[in-house]
Amino acid sequence: MCGIAGLFSKATEVEDRLGAHVGAMLSQLADRGPDSAGVAFYREPAPPGSSKVSLYSPNPTEDWSATASELEAAFPGSGEPEIRASHAVIVVAAEADEAEAWLRERRPELRVMSVGTRIETFKEEGSPRAFVEQFGLAEIAATHALGHTRMATESRVTTEHSHPFSTGLDLCLVHNGSLSNHNVLRRRLRREGIEFRTDNDSEVAAGYLMWRLREGASLQEALEGCLEDLDGFYTFAVGTADGLAVLRDPIACKPAVMAETEDWVAMASEYRAIAVLPGAADAEMWEPEPGRVYVWERAKV
Amino acid sequence: MPVGERAAPVGERALGGEIEIDLSEVTLRELNQRLHAVADDGPRRWRVLNPGGQHAVAVGIDAPIEVTVEGHVGYYCAGMNKGATVRIRGNCGVGVAENIMSGAVIVEGSASQSAAASGRGGLVVIEGDASARCGISIKGVDIVVKGSVGHMSGFMAQKGRLVVLGDAGDALGDSLYEARLYVRGEVAGLGADCVEKEMLDEHRTEVARLLEQAGAGSVDASEFRRYGSARRLYNFEIDQAGIY
Amino acid sequence: MAGGGNPDVNGASGLRESALFDRRTIHEIHRMAREGIYDIRGFGAKRRVPHFDDLLFLGASVSRYPLEGYRERCDTDVVLGTRFARRPLHLEIPITIAGMSFGALSAPAKEALGRGASAAGTSTTTGDGGMTPEERGHSKTLIYQLLPSRYGMNPDDLRRADAIEIVIGQGAKPGGGGILLGQKISDRVAEMRDLPKGVDQRSACRHPDWTGPDDLEIKIGELREITDWEKPIFVKIGATRTYFDVALAVKAGADVIVLDGMEGGTAATQEVFIEHVGIPILAALPQAVASLQELGLHREVQLVVSGGIRSGADAAKALALGADAVSIGVAAIVALGDNSPALAEEYARIGTAPGFYDDWHEGRDPAGISTQDDELAARFDAELGGRRLANYLQAMTLEAQTLARACGKSHVHNLEPEDLVALTVEAAAMARVPLAGTDWIPGAESQS
Repeated sequence: MCGIAGLFSKATEVEDRLGAHVGAMLSQLADRGPDSAGVAFYREPAPPGSSKVSLYSPNPTEDWSATASELEAAFPGSGEPEIRASHAVIVVAAEADEAEAWLRERRPELRVMSVGTRIETFKEEGSPRAFVEQFGLAEIAATHALGHTRMATESRVTTEHSHPFSTGLDLCLVHNGSLSNHNVLRRRLRREGIEFRTDNDSEVAAGYLMWRLREGASLQEALEGCLEDLDGFYTFAVGTADGLAVLRDPIACKPAVMAETEDWVAMASEYRAIAVLPGAADAEMWEPEPGRVYVWERAKV
Repeated sequence: MPVGERAAPVGERALGGEIEIDLSEVTLRELNQRLHAVADDGPRRWRVLNPGGQHAVAVGIDAPIEVTVEGHVGYYCAGMNKGATVRIRGNCGVGVAENIMSGAVIVEGSASQSAAASGRGGLVVIEGDASARCGISIKGVDIVVKGSVGHMSGFMAQKGRLVVLGDAGDALGDSLYEARLYVRGEVAGLGADCVEKEMLDEHRTEVARLLEQAGAGSVDASEFRRYGSARRLYNFEIDQAGIY
Repeated sequence: MAGGGNPDVNGASGLRESALFDRRTIHEIHRMAREGIYDIRGFGAKRRVPHFDDLLFLGASVSRYPLEGYRERCDTDVVLGTRFARRPLHLEIPITIAGMSFGALSAPAKEALGRGASAAGTSTTTGDGGMTPEERGHSKTLIYQLLPSRYGMNPDDLRRADAIEIVIGQGAKPGGGGILLGQKISDRVAEMRDLPKGVDQRSACRHPDWTGPDDLEIKIGELREITDWEKPIFVKIGATRTYFDVALAVKAGADVIVLDGMEGGTAATQEVFIEHVGIPILAALPQAVASLQELGLHREVQLVVSGGIRSGADAAKALALGADAVSIGVAAIVALGDNSPALAEEYARIGTAPGFYDDWHEGRDPAGISTQDDELAARFDAELGGRRLANYLQAMTLEAQTLARACGKSHVHNLEPEDLVALTVEAAAMARVPLAGTDWIPGAESQS
């Protein structure tokens, strides 16, 4: 059980302050999700042929520059690590699967939170307000983002169990609700080659999307597949390189509020998380209908 | 300040017979406690500023006062209201006026899920739309929605009336008992044991009166269709097992 | 079970009963074939499950000294609701009366529960029909339930109550709603519940205006605001995924957790629910305590457990495992006189016998307890019933004190898990106490 939020900017002033806005949203969702918090920001794209990797280390004195140097040696042209609390974002001069393979072999103790061209993912145990501070969200600019605050249901409170779960390149998912057939699904998806690190139901939803996309479904089709194959209660928000998607299950007990102004589109579990956004009082507001996929994407150049 | 009159607490101002309380300056608890403590000869009109989407605003009032909330509220605004008239000049979250006993709650914007849930009396008016489960489990309240209502509205509704000027979502009136549902627009689908029933003069009169109370007296009551319980779930019979 | 005492089916005649398709099962299959619906009944789980009987106390010895009975104090008081409420409940004994509705029970039966509990210095709880004036009048301490149905719910009763209990589920049917059949929907019940008279009541299994602990937190906030933060908020759950459920209820803001094992009774639900859903209280209790300890809130958020509590021994063992109090339902009904041999003839007339009667849903109770029939209810003497309940509660308390003193405790709350051992491997694993005579707790390494 949790709070989820999504913000998609339509104006540069909003982009510049996106991190601050998302931080304010997360603080409003702290009551319903006190155990951990996470965000995925979509920012400057990595150059063609490179990929952006978000890494987490459980070691508080992690030597990120050593890792970065080794990466530079293996993949010349790789960037400096951008460090935020227990995480670091590194642009690796290699395609995603190469970068991941190297990390898995040479730095297995580091957790890959996400890989892609634009996505940067941070998640941590502890209060959402502390998270916003520690990770310096106020300085972050981005075109769109997803956020999550967690009240753990059937699985443990650890950094790995926090959302967003990354489902593939530039793809991530946040979930409010509780699935009821995730164990069966997890076993099925494992047989299809999808890997899972936790017993968390939301990770299964993320894995399911990744599987469908891998098999050629569009994001719309994959989300519609959720309605068929996932059982339980859910409001999902999904992030892609180009935008956001929202889906509620057909019973729709878990809340979801959407709002739009000239400058942004936002989604959250409670209105008060939207109330902190500029111009919220006059925003157009509605609730997503159950069983219907909503997608917002910026036009591709 | 005249002798004997206490200074208004921070965040509260008295203006021409009306008390204004600013939720960006006082706590929710202080607001609700003030509203619970209104004396019989106390101020009748109250205005709440900057609700900022907070939950449980103006809950549990038991006094014939008027409260106007300037802005959007979160869950359960005016919950368990008794005797007061609460006007929300914005949208409201889940469960507005839940379990209302009497009095009136008017939402000028739209309402989220479970509006007027288990309401037992009084009137709830939603000028915009109400989302899923509007009128769920109601036990005597009257609800008038000028826009549309979402799916599972009137679910297990026992007593009371729901009047919808717009459309109704799927599974309308599922498992309902004796509540009366009136819809003017499209009904996406009927729930278990809910059927369309004939509109007679008594029903048109009933709808007209509710529309009048809700400030929509110019709408024609005969444009509504009536829905109610088929009463096949009232006592279990093996041949009805398919409905379950 | 080989024959149940009837010699004709025990070998000598050559007849052999099946363990799977025993007479009871055959009877039930015939009934299903006739009626086409599940069986509905009252009472709790009747099958044998690991329970407190499988635990024993380690009494005084050379290393542990007992207290003198009667002369040396063994206190029994408990305070429930210290976490956030301005007015927690102070009870004289750690045994409360569980939620049972007026509707399920007759008015005089509810009155008797109030009288008996008040005499014993403890609380009663309303049920799925709301609060009656008689119950509030006769109960010194009354807990008011907020259920998915919301029958009779109103803010005046909320304010009149001493505590509020949000019911998420109960042990007999975790995930099920209330059932009251048409024959028990009398005029008065119908009016209180806003139902047509004589219909079968269908109840929702989820609350109408919240689902999930994140939204429960907001609901609890509303209830506190309505009652000016005075009353303790209890959250009642049926025992299933207890370790996580308790953590969530605590995070949502509960002052007290009420945990009802699968043994817990009901006035009416499907037999399949009673017997096949939920876990024994013996297994759930240690999970709940572990969860509270991990949150650093054991004893700060109090734990009340129920589900087959029958004696002071059961109560003492529950306290030793970490509960702050126990709650009784079926036992209280029995104490009032349910299933009495004195009614043998009447039971025979409705197709049952003393010790077997569980069709509480039918409303034909000759004792006048689980009925709405005025004539039958009139047979039940509320004052006498109250005295019987008070006696029973007193006897239970004396039993618990006897055991506690034998373990050297001056307060029943000082009982601890180390005072217990188990007779079976299952009980040892579930209760997380060693098998008697050994150090072995099965599964101890892998526990949460």
